[in-house]
Amino acid sequence: MAIIVEKRDLTPITSLFEVNAPLIARNAQPGQFVMIRVNQQGERIPVTITDSNRSKGLVTIVVQVVGKTTHLLRSLERGDRILDFVGPLGRPVELPKHGQAALVGGGFGTGAILSLAKELAARGVEVCSIIGARTRDLIILEKEVRASSDHTYLCTDDGSQGFHGFVTGQLEALVRAGMAFDQVVAIGPIAMMRAVAETTRPLGIKTQVSMDPIMVDGTGMCGACRLTVDGQLKFACVDGPFFDAHQVNFAEAIVRSKTYAEEERAALTTAVAAGG
Amino acid sequence: MPMVQLKKTPLPALDPIQRRLGFQEVSLGYSPTQALAEAQRCLLCQEPNCEAGCPVGVPIRDFIKLIAEGKPLEAVRAIKQVNSLPAICGRVCPQEHQCELKCVIKGKQEPVAIGALERFVADYELAHQGAQTSVNGYHRNLVNSLPGKPTAKVAVVGSGPASLTAAGDLARTGYHVTLFEALHVPGGVLMYGIPEFRLPKSIVAAEINKLREQGVEIQCNTVIGRTITIDQLMHEMGFGAVFIGSGAGSPKFMGIPGENLKGVYSANEFLTRINLMKANRFPEFDTPVKKGQRVVVVGAGDTAMDVVRTAIRVGAREAYIVYRRTEKEMTARIEDYHHAAEEGALFQWLTNPVRLVGSDDGWVRGMECIRMELGSPDESGRRRPLPVAGSEFLMEVDTVVMALGTNPNPTVSQSTQDLVSDRYGHIKADPATGATSKPGVFAGGDVVTGSATVILAAGAGKRSAQAIHQYLNERRKAPTAGAPAVGC
Repeated sequence: MAIIVEKRDLTPITSLFEVNAPLIARNAQPGQFVMIRVNQQGERIPVTITDSNRSKGLVTIVVQVVGKTTHLLRSLERGDRILDFVGPLGRPVELPKHGQAALVGGGFGTGAILSLAKELAARGVEVCSIIGARTRDLIILEKEVRASSDHTYLCTDDGSQGFHGFVTGQLEALVRAGMAFDQVVAIGPIAMMRAVAETTRPLGIKTQVSMDPIMVDGTGMCGACRLTVDGQLKFACVDGPFFDAHQVNFAEAIVRSKTYAEEERAALTTAVAAGG
Repeated sequence: MPMVQLKKTPLPALDPIQRRLGFQEVSLGYSPTQALAEAQRCLLCQEPNCEAGCPVGVPIRDFIKLIAEGKPLEAVRAIKQVNSLPAICGRVCPQEHQCELKCVIKGKQEPVAIGALERFVADYELAHQGAQTSVNGYHRNLVNSLPGKPTAKVAVVGSGPASLTAAGDLARTGYHVTLFEALHVPGGVLMYGIPEFRLPKSIVAAEINKLREQGVEIQCNTVIGRTITIDQLMHEMGFGAVFIGSGAGSPKFMGIPGENLKGVYSANEFLTRINLMKANRFPEFDTPVKKGQRVVVVGAGDTAMDVVRTAIRVGAREAYIVYRRTEKEMTARIEDYHHAAEEGALFQWLTNPVRLVGSDDGWVRGMECIRMELGSPDESGRRRPLPVAGSEFLMEVDTVVMALGTNPNPTVSQSTQDLVSDRYGHIKADPATGATSKPGVFAGGDVVTGSATVILAAGAGKRSAQAIHQYLNERRKAPTAGAPAVGC
C-alpha cells in the first residue's frame, strides 16, 4: 500500500504522481521500474520510475492512459492509496562516465529519461535530451528535462513545436552537426525505439533501449516478458529492461506486445464507459 | 482374523464431469471410518521401510498406529515433530516414489495409503482445532529462557514451503520472524503454482494464519535483493540471521524455433495468470489469458499435469501432454496422472517438439514433433530418448505451455556479493544446515536444489531453523567474537 502525496496532470492523458514509498526510494537507481496493482481484481503492470527522493521517501512515476489499469491509476488523486507498489525492479541502466550522451524520450517515455538525465548530469556527462510527441500539448516534463540537460530539443510530428518530424530526424541532424555521442539511450513507444536503433546502427553509436513488454509478476517468474536479444532468450524484468538496441529483435517484440490487444481494448472501453 | 484388504481403501474423488465445471478439489479425502480401515492395513513393522523412503523421516508407523488407536490429533502431532505441513504434503507428495514405494506389503498387496492418511489427520486437526497452535509448543520461548539478549530477529525470504516451515519453527522457538514475499499474497508456489483443485488455497491460508498467530510478521510486495538487500536486512535492520527460501521460479524454455509466438506460455505464466490473477474470470478480473481450444503441454511432471487439467477446466476441447519419454519415466504423481486422464487429457508419449509454426500475425498454430525411442540409460538412470529419423509430424494447436522445470530466481544471488552460487544460480549451502558462504545467511528448498518437491523444501526449512537457532545461540554466548565461520 502506497499513498499518493502529489498528483500533477501533464497532458489530458498523462499524470505525474509522487508516491510515498521509502524503501523503494532508498534503493531506486536510474532505469528501474515498479510493479503496480490498483485493486483486488487488478492486473500487475510495470511502470518506470521517473525520479526518487531518498530523504523524503518519495518515488515519482508518470502514467499515461493506454489501458484499463492506467486509466484507473490516473483517476487516483492525492491522498489515495495504490494497493500494490513493488520495486525497484530490473537492473539499473549502465550509463557512460564521461563524454556526450543523447537521451531520446518519446511520448510518456520522456518521464523515464528524467532520472537518467539527472544521473548523467551528476557524472559530468554532456547530456543532449531529445523529447518528442505527436503534438505540442503532449510534450511532458520539458522544464525538468531542461534543468538536467546541457541541450534540450523538442520534436513534434505535426510541427506545432520545435523540430517538425520524428525524434530520429533531430538525432540525425545533431550527429550531422558534429555531436559525437558516446551513447544514445531511447525510451518510448517500441516503434520509436526501433527507429532510433536503425538510425544509430549505421552510425556505430552504442544505443540502449528500455523494453516494456507484457509482464505478470515482474520478478523473473513468468517469462511473459521474454525477448530475443542477440539470438539469446532474455527476460526484460530481471535481465533488463535495458538492452543493446542493435541486438533486440524488435519485430518479435512488437508482435508479442499485441497478444492481448483485443482484451485490452474491450477492458478500457468498459472502464471508461463505467466512469471508473 | 479379519480378511486381508489387498487394495488401498479407495480415496473418494469428485465426479470427472463435475470437475470440468470448476476448480473444486478433486481428491476428497478419507472419512474417519475409511481412515481407520486403511490404518489397520499397516503391519506396524519393527523396522519401518516406509520411513526410510520419506525424505524427512516422518514417523509413519507411529502416526498410523495412533490413527488405528483412534487418536488422530496425536497422530498429527507426531508428524509435525518432523514435517510442519502435513495437510499440504499429504496432498502433493509423490508418495508412490517415496514412502509407499518402500511399504513392505507392496507387491503382494497395494501399499498402505500413507499420503491419504497424512492428509486425513491434518484435515481432521484443521476441522477440529481450527488454526490453534497446538503443536510443537514443546520448544516455545526457548530463546527467552537463554542467557544474553532476550530476542533476536530473523528474516525469512520467500513464503513457499521451505520458508513457511523455517518461519514457523523459528517463531515457536521464540524468534521475532519477518517473512518477506515478493508477490502481493504469501504462499509462493503453493498459491501461484499448484491449482485449487489439487491444493485448496484455504489450506495454505490456514498455514499462513497459523504463522501470524505465532507472531510471524508477513511483509508482502517486498523483493529481497531489490526492495531491501540481504546486507541491509543484516546491517541496517537488525536481523541476526536470514533464511533464503526464494524457490526456483525462473521458467525454462526448449530453445526451439517459434517459442516466442503468441499463445506460447511457460507453465509458470499460465498457472500464475489463472491461480493468482484469476485470469479465467476475465473481464471480472483484469488479467487476461488465452483460453485455448487445442492446448499442448510439453513435459510430464506435476506442473504439466496441473497445466493440462487447468486448460481443460478453462475450456480446452483437446488438451495434450507431449513427453519425450514414456508413462513409466514421467515424474508426475500417479494420482494426478490418473485424474488428468479421467478428465480427458490426452497423452503423446515418446514425442518431442521440434519447432512451433505460426500464423501470419504471429499466433502459434502448429507444433512439429518427432517420435522418440528409448536408448540406453542416461545419467539420471532413465533410458535416454532418441529421435526416430523421418518420424516428424504436425499437431494443430492454438496454445502451447512449456512445463520443463525451473531455474532459481537470480535476484538474491545477483544482488548479494558474497553469496556463492553455482553456474545455474543455485545457492551453495551445507545440506545438513543450509549454511551458505555468507555468515548468518542460510538457504534451503528449490533455490539450493533446483526444482524439487514440497517435502524436500519443508525438510530443508526445518533443518535451517535448527541451524539458525544454534548459530544465533553461539553468537549470543560469544557476542564480541564476531560472526563464527559457517562454511559450506
